[in-house]
Amino acid sequence: MNKKYMYSLLAVIVLILLPYVGVEAAGLQVLFGIIIPYLAVLIFIIGFIYRVMDWASSPVPFRIPTTCGQQKSLPWIKQNKIDNPFTTGAVIIRMALEILFFRSLFRNTSIGLNQGPKISYVWEKWLWIVALAFHYSFLTVLIRHLRFFLEPVPVWLQWLEKIDGFFQIGLPGLYMSGAVLLAAVTFLVLRRIYLPQVRYISLAADFLPLFLIISIAITGILMRYFTKVDVVGIKELAMGLASFHPAIPDGIGALFYIHLFLVSILFIYFPFSKLMHMPGVFMSPTRNLPNNTRAKMHINPWNYPVKVHTYDEYEDEFREKMKEAGLPLEKE
Amino acid sequence: MIDSKERASKLSYLPPKTDWMDTPTVYKEGMYCYAAKPSRLEYMDAPYPKDWSCMDEDWQLPENWKEIILEGMKERLEKYRTFKIFMDICVRCGACADKCHFFIGTGDPKNMPVLRAELLRSVYRNNFTKAGKILGRIGGARELTIDVLKEWWYYFFQCTECRRCSVFCPYGIDTAEITIIGRELLNLLGLNIDWIAAPVAFCFRTGNHMGIQPHAFVDMLDFFTDEIENVTGVRMEQTFNKKGADLLFICPSGDVFGDPGTFTCMGYMILMHYLREVHGLDCTWSTYASEGGNFGLFTSHETMKRLNAKMYAEAERLKVKWILGAECGHMWRVINQYMVTMNGPADFLEEPVNPLTGTKFENAKATKMVHITEFLSDLIQHKKLDLDPSRNDRLKVTFHDSCNPARGAGILEEPRHVIKNVCNHFYEMPRNCIREQTFCCGCGSGLNAGEDMELRMTGGMPRGNAVRYVNELHGVNTLACICAIDRAVLPTLMGYWAPEVDVCGISELVANALIIPGEKEKTENLRGEPILRKDVEPDEWYTRPDFPGREE
Ligand code: HEM
Ligand code: SF4
Ligand code: SF4
Repeated sequence: MNKKYMYSLLAVIVLILLPYVGVEAAGLQVLFGIIIPYLAVLIFIIGFIYRVMDWASSPVPFRIPTTCGQQKSLPWIKQNKIDNPFTTGAVIIRMALEILFFRSLFRNTSIGLNQGPKISYVWEKWLWIVALAFHYSFLTVLIRHLRFFLEPVPVWLQWLEKIDGFFQIGLPGLYMSGAVLLAAVTFLVLRRIYLPQVRYISLAADFLPLFLIISIAITGILMRYFTKVDVVGIKELAMGLASFHPAIPDGIGALFYIHLFLVSILFIYFPFSKLMHMPGVFMSPTRNLPNNTRAKMHINPWNYPVKVHTYDEYEDEFREKMKEAGLPLEKE
Repeated sequence: MIDSKERASKLSYLPPKTDWMDTPTVYKEGMYCYAAKPSRLEYMDAPYPKDWSCMDEDWQLPENWKEIILEGMKERLEKYRTFKIFMDICVRCGACADKCHFFIGTGDPKNMPVLRAELLRSVYRNNFTKAGKILGRIGGARELTIDVLKEWWYYFFQCTECRRCSVFCPYGIDTAEITIIGRELLNLLGLNIDWIAAPVAFCFRTGNHMGIQPHAFVDMLDFFTDEIENVTGVRMEQTFNKKGADLLFICPSGDVFGDPGTFTCMGYMILMHYLREVHGLDCTWSTYASEGGNFGLFTSHETMKRLNAKMYAEAERLKVKWILGAECGHMWRVINQYMVTMNGPADFLEEPVNPLTGTKFENAKATKMVHITEFLSDLIQHKKLDLDPSRNDRLKVTFHDSCNPARGAGILEEPRHVIKNVCNHFYEMPRNCIREQTFCCGCGSGLNAGEDMELRMTGGMPRGNAVRYVNELHGVNTLACICAIDRAVLPTLMGYWAPEVDVCGISELVANALIIPGEKEKTENLRGEPILRKDVEPDEWYTRPDFPGREE
């Protein structure tokens, strides 16, 4: 019945085959190892900035925060400073909680309809937990990759790796972040396929980033854990890219090029897709403004005069009736 | 209409087999409001007035309707950052899906906030984004067709702009904002509903939604003056359009016109009399600015501004100090989030200070408009009202947070503070149904018509259910609220989902508890119901066979 995810699955399979064939059969290492990654980063940066500037170019005519708690009013009434911020400082706290802990998602409930009828609302924590796990492991993985671009590897990065590899599984140690990332993304895919409502709202394209990330994580784990890749060669390539003296070292397997290509695709896809929720959440006017319009006038840059029905017009129309009713008049 | 139990038992949340883009929208009887009559639009100089019905095959659209809509979208994308960002960043995580009362009540997947937004977003992708143009249907893009337009009309008038979805969205995506823009687009083609267009035109002309002309407005309050005299023995004359009064008082005209709002209106009148007689504070009514509500909010930003302008204009003409605003939901969304931006600055008014207590209303420094529960809370805190809460002892009260004061302002504790000081029996509904998570009455944003009763009763199901719960648990018999639309629609909803529960405003409760100088010994409240006798315990009173029930 639901074939939506097939498009994305097929697309990702093609995206895996491309670099494999390209590198193994056509010797296109330079294309997949240098040109496409550069292009991807370029498109990502330009696209990202363009989209953010584009949002910023639309003004915020009205201050319409969604208030999720008691407003600031009288001294004996306790304000909820975070969920109904009055000052910029409080907004920063609200935003920090949103971004670092997904506070709104934490509120999530799911309804149940029981005999009676009685509707129940149960705390739905799983999306929140898994989304957090996913984003933080993704971030950790991303940061860990800096070791390929930095020489010497900074101490703080080594510390991060130590912590991340704390529960050593086999040799070489499998990082927690990689495993959590894979598990979390898998959950997100299964959720999209098996929860009827989420399946119904999903677009075919919604599966693409998920399958991409799964493939990236799997190829990454494969390289580290199952097939020995030439880490020294890869670091050489990465350092070359980072210092703008790109070169292709010998002996890097196709698996690496697949991994790199998928990451490039994710970067390219990013600015054109819903992945832009990352900068978007910072700019969402229902969250990033204080609820203080009543105390401090907010300016709408395109405010324009409108046709109103003036008191004089009103009195002109109803003067006789107003007089009879004993209402005071401007003009007798 | 089928009975409430049967309705609930038939509900299913399983989506249909076909994808939403392939599921045609079928207009169901009772789920839509009648189309706007041409005269309303003509009065407002709104485009494309016509005699039409949404059930017509031909909607009499102008030749270039598609262009108008797309041009309108483009303009709004450039004017509203909210709109642009909300079109772009939804990840379809589904957190908002079961938060909408219309989805909970109907099970119709297009009433999930995310899909309601996708109805518009799909066209946005198709015409305004590269990914949409390249990927087409796979990327969630679709062509704007007449069927899509009709789908918009059906579902944007099945959203009460309550913002409950926005509370749960990880990015704060506010489907109410999308509905507001969606309706604004539909209005470019003259496609409004009459229940919104008529009050707008009335309000523009006469100053209030009901179209009450000045002399009739005065008559109405005179009639209440007699009623109040019957109950209290005191004649409480009101002042109108009075220059130099201390405060201008503005209430939703729904309270002046329809039961049980009228009792709230009498509450306002009693309060004003009390303030004048006991404290020398002069509040005046205005017949010109005789409407607190603003159905422009449900039409377009421009219409909202055109109607709202009267408040400041009248305050300036009458040279009052500041404005006191009564109990109304969407009125306070407009005052709190739009008014001063649209029609300010209000330099001709003073920063509001309560002359009786010296309290500065810091949070209203710019708009210079104070909510009546803020004002009452202040009076009560400083013991400026002589109250006998036992007069309300027959009532077991719960409080319905109206969507707009809750999620568009955060007025949560003020009404509770007032209620707890004028009633002895107060019970909260469950946590997920109040405060910022409150459920809509199902009739907001202009959907409180008669013809869409099916929609109203389904949309009000979560609210009705929660009231029923406290009714069974605590014997709650009174649902208090600070919204005139609530007072107009909740009695019907209660009749359907929670019989035995009556609806009232806060000011009515206050007025009933207020000890008025010169009053006769009170035996009845404003509704003519006997008030609790001092010598009987409340719980005993309830169990007596002669307990006068609250049904009419
Ligand atoms: C800051 C607040 C953020 C919140 C609240 C948030 C929330 C979410 C949620 C709820 C999902 C849903 C996944 C699903 O159901 O499919 C998601 C997906 C995702 N997010 Fe975030 N996110 C945030 C920031 C970021 C950042 C900074 C990135 C950086 C790359 C990011 C990248 C992703 C990716 C790659 C996905 C998976 C793609 C997908 O589901 O289609 N997010 N996010
Ligand atoms: S909660 Fe927000 S991001 Fe998630 S589906 Fe709803 S609107 Fe989209
Ligand atoms: S604003 Fe309210 S009615 Fe509209 S989609 Fe959101 S929850 Fe539903």
